[in-house]
Amino acid sequence: MNSNPPATPSPAGQGSPPALFVENVSHSFGEKKALDEVSLVVPAGKFTVLLGLNGAGKSTLFSLITRLYDNVSGEIRILGHDVRRHPSEALRQLGVVFQSRTLDSDLTLAQNLHYHAALHGIGTKMARERAREALETVSLAERAGDRIRSLSGGQARRVEIARSLLHRPRLLLLDEPTVGLDIGSRESVVGIVRGLVERNGLGVLWATHLIDEISRDDNVVLLHKGRVLFSGTVPGMLAAAGESDMRRAFRRMTGTEEMEAA
Amino acid sequence: MSEAISSDAQRPAAETGRGLASYWNCFKGIVWREVLRFLHQRERFLSALVRPLVWLFIFAAGFRQVLGVSIIPPYTTYVLYETFVTPGLVGMILLFNAMQSSLSMVYDRETGAMRTLLVSPFPRSFLLTSKLCGGVLVAVLQAYTFLLVARIWESWSWNSSLTRNWQWNDITGSIGAAASAFADNIGQTLFQFGNVDPIWTGYLTLLPALILAGLMLGSLALLMSSVIKQLENFAGVMNFVIFPMFFMSSALYPIWRIKESSPMLAALAWANPFTHAVELIRFALYGQIGPELEGGGRDLTHLMIVIGCTVVFLGAAIFAYNPSKGLIARRGGPGGG
Repeated sequence: MNSNPPATPSPAGQGSPPALFVENVSHSFGEKKALDEVSLVVPAGKFTVLLGLNGAGKSTLFSLITRLYDNVSGEIRILGHDVRRHPSEALRQLGVVFQSRTLDSDLTLAQNLHYHAALHGIGTKMARERAREALETVSLAERAGDRIRSLSGGQARRVEIARSLLHRPRLLLLDEPTVGLDIGSRESVVGIVRGLVERNGLGVLWATHLIDEISRDDNVVLLHKGRVLFSGTVPGMLAAAGESDMRRAFRRMTGTEEMEAA
Repeated sequence: MSEAISSDAQRPAAETGRGLASYWNCFKGIVWREVLRFLHQRERFLSALVRPLVWLFIFAAGFRQVLGVSIIPPYTTYVLYETFVTPGLVGMILLFNAMQSSLSMVYDRETGAMRTLLVSPFPRSFLLTSKLCGGVLVAVLQAYTFLLVARIWESWSWNSSLTRNWQWNDITGSIGAAASAFADNIGQTLFQFGNVDPIWTGYLTLLPALILAGLMLGSLALLMSSVIKQLENFAGVMNFVIFPMFFMSSALYPIWRIKESSPMLAALAWANPFTHAVELIRFALYGQIGPELEGGGRDLTHLMIVIGCTVVFLGAAIFAYNPSKGLIARRGGPGGG
């Protein structure tokens, strides 16, 4: 590696595969088509927003990427590993923060993190180091011995982010991570994840229906009723919609009158 | 900065999740979580202990007069109903514990904890089996706690019923007597080799039977947890699984007794896997693997049925949790949307 340092470091360059690659994925629950020919790319080192209202299919897409459901059509690759053919290799690169709370509230932060480190085969000693490191990333190191129950919603979210980092994934999925948080907690959660993108070059797919969480440098994938209406940069989306701000662009493209929140 | 990013990007991916040691780490982690969660839920521990004890102390004590149990293997003498019902109550502990862990899995699925388990890079069959083992360990601990309390109680009530005629006006006096008798009997019990109570090695030979029966019931619960869609359905599980399984078995009465009143019910009880789990436990308590055959050797029917059912239930559960074949995706799945 040292003998041949890349001249122009480009995480999303042609040499390395994107953090997440989804192509022509459809999924139905009985008659209802939840996803229709969805394609998107999350480059490494890029904060990608998956924007859509509730019921747009965001969670279904996450379930397919995390192998809760099988993608019978299309292709999903994490760092180049097909989740269908090599689920183990793919999942090893993946950190997830689910929409619902997934920590054991009776156990301490450390116990929760050790459990999840074990799920990735990490031994006790390394788990302890990783847990401390991850808690420092989310500024909760001094709370390691406290029960989850004693944390606020925002703190619990930060622990979930810490947990998703224990096995040092290259791709991070977050499903509406700021739902139910107050403004301060939201900012801190968003800030932590953006920091990970900048410092560690993680690819992040951030699902949300809150337009104000989008920043100008982000990539945006607009998902509506199971279909990708737009995929590209923020200026690209504004131009495509012919609007000056994202809120209007969203309304114009989806044909919805009002955003639910934010 | 750019150097840092590129070297980071080229760093060998997570150096985790490979090799036997990592499987062991994962197994340990899952089992330990089950134990921790159990220890943190004291009311669960208490209710798990109190339930069979209530059956033993109240139901069985009253039933003793009604139901005579003849000498059937593995018993070599007439036994009290309490003695007969004890293996059935151990089975009950395993059954309730298995169903409770199935409940917790449905709950896990609703909250998303099941999802975090399933995004682990290890094979799902391994993850589910590890979770199953955690549940069995917890159940085995409960079963032994119950047996210890039951043994102390039995030897105490045996002694006290011999030495005194219980009267209501005795009650105040007997509380003190009971306390001292209780203390005496702990010591006595530890060294008692009765012909009715299982001998101490029975507690050792019981262990494999507990594990097997626990695995069977646990994998049945695992299978059910993949099929039950929501938590509210657990009342249905009580009514349609736990009660029929428990009452339609040899836990409370020997099958020949059931046969006297209804041959069909007896046939159903015989077909009930729980019956065989209870019988396996019953024989194991006396250091036996099954009833003695006339031509010598042992009848391994109970053992074989328990093992067979475990394989079938576990296989079906793993199938059900397999994303490409299973039921989860087809049913709309946990926490869909």
